[in-house]
Amino acid sequence: MSLKQISVFLENKPGTLLSMTGLLAKNHIDMRALSIAETKDFGIVRMIVDDVYDTATVLKDAGFVHSLTPVLGVMIPDEPGGLDKVLRVLADAQVNVEYMYAFLGGKNANHAYMIFRVQNQAAAVSALSAQGIHLVDQDEVAGL
Amino acid sequence: MERYYQPEIECASREQIKAWQDERLVKQVQHVWEHMPYYRKKMEAKGLTPADIKGTEDLHKLPFLSKADLREAYPYGLLARPLKDCVRIQSTSGTTGKRVVAFYTQHDIDLWEDCCARAIVAAGGTNEDVCQVSYGYGLFTGGPGLNGGSHKVGCLTIPTSSGNTERQIMFIRDLNATILCCTPSYAAYIGETMKEMGLTPDQIPLKAGIFGAEAWSEEMRQDIQNTLGIKAYDIYGLTELSGPGVSFECSAQTGMHINEDHFIAEIIDPDTGEVLPEGAQGELVFTSITKEAFPLLRYRTRDICTLTREKCPCGRTHVKMVKPKGRTDDMLIIRGVNVFPSQIETVLLNHGYPANYQIIVDRVKSTDTLDVQVEMTPEMFTDNLGEVSRRQAELVDGLRSMLGLAAKVTLVAPKSIVRSEGKAVRVIDRRKI
Repeated sequence: MSLKQISVFLENKPGTLLSMTGLLAKNHIDMRALSIAETKDFGIVRMIVDDVYDTATVLKDAGFVHSLTPVLGVMIPDEPGGLDKVLRVLADAQVNVEYMYAFLGGKNANHAYMIFRVQNQAAAVSALSAQGIHLVDQDEVAGL
Repeated sequence: MERYYQPEIECASREQIKAWQDERLVKQVQHVWEHMPYYRKKMEAKGLTPADIKGTEDLHKLPFLSKADLREAYPYGLLARPLKDCVRIQSTSGTTGKRVVAFYTQHDIDLWEDCCARAIVAAGGTNEDVCQVSYGYGLFTGGPGLNGGSHKVGCLTIPTSSGNTERQIMFIRDLNATILCCTPSYAAYIGETMKEMGLTPDQIPLKAGIFGAEAWSEEMRQDIQNTLGIKAYDIYGLTELSGPGVSFECSAQTGMHINEDHFIAEIIDPDTGEVLPEGAQGELVFTSITKEAFPLLRYRTRDICTLTREKCPCGRTHVKMVKPKGRTDDMLIIRGVNVFPSQIETVLLNHGYPANYQIIVDRVKSTDTLDVQVEMTPEMFTDNLGEVSRRQAELVDGLRSMLGLAAKVTLVAPKSIVRSEGKAVRVIDRRKI
């Protein structure tokens, strides 16, 4: 169940996000999900991409500070209560969610996907799997 | 009356000092040849064997070691004793972010603490004194070194470590501390704080201070001496050689006596590597002749100074190193406080970050503002926004206690700080005064 998020440091000023997306576009990197957390001075872009290794290499060569973080990619039926069920399982397992963000279902229109960054990833994986909740790995994300 | 910790060594004749150096150097070269393959290769490359080094007059034949060697040999390449014989490491962050790790046997620690004890006694310390060590304790050598020296002298030692200025002042006053050991900038800050509290020098029990680990000017010394009502002594050292106490000031305050029974000093031309005659200004190079675990031969310090063997009124015979004047031109005065770029560098390095920074000084509504722009590094970065902000706040706190004034820290993209001829422009002063 290995899914790696790439986090990138950007200064909070006009054009910095564009410089990163431009770089990814030029290198034919496909983003699957993206979220940004920011302060007044700087921001952290968090993203799921089709090819982690390529992306990390391209970013490093261009001088972006970045890091790789293990996250959970959870497939959620696109219906009322879908997310609620997942969160209940995590709460019951005493797993704290640091942050999360969504991405749309790609070619599979019946499902949405959520990315979770949790404090105890092993506990989260076993709790979710025990409830039959599908977790996506890097290969699956690449194919979406 | 001048006091000495080890008078028979500190006031030995020049002939005696040379005899010690000759004998110890020959022994040390043999030790390094046998136990440090990294240096042996350097000697072999120059066609040297230990037999070529018969005394200090042959020292110039030996190859240099530099910061780059420390990085390359990290962590064990310059270790000359089995780890089971070592009892301590100390560490300092290099300017490129790679740490320097130095190893010590118990014997090494013992000699290092002797050196610090000499400095404390030279500053007037006895077993009647209360010595407050406000250098950081931990990997940084300042705290552990002076702590050990203070014990050897028999001072009542207060290991406050750095920070928490209110508590520092409380101990100085309540426990009647007579000697203060810390960085000069922190001494200045403690002094300023006491002044703001309305304390006059005669209400402060301190009589002497031993201040090192960063560059400071004669003006800063006068300032500290006046505010705290003390005599302020400089001390010098490098983790690579042991720590503080490689050299120290005596009552003459005209240069620092190098502990020549442990370290041989040379001045070289930094460009050619050629040894310069006494009195010439150049790069200081040290050879450790008594260290067991981490014996560096001909280590280039990158510090520029001159050496003098002129007779010192204090009675000590060991050579003095005199730092060049003119460090003051780096100095900024912000809201009346002296700020050196090197202090900001120290804060970054102490936090384990490379010193890629730029200082922007401006004046907003007649108040000076200080913005320290720090280039983001992989060491500082995580996916967690709160964590990155926490690290940023730590730097703000570190700067406040080092400089004694509030500075803003802005995290900027790597390589975004303007560099000219390979060197970063450290200070941009936008004040129109």
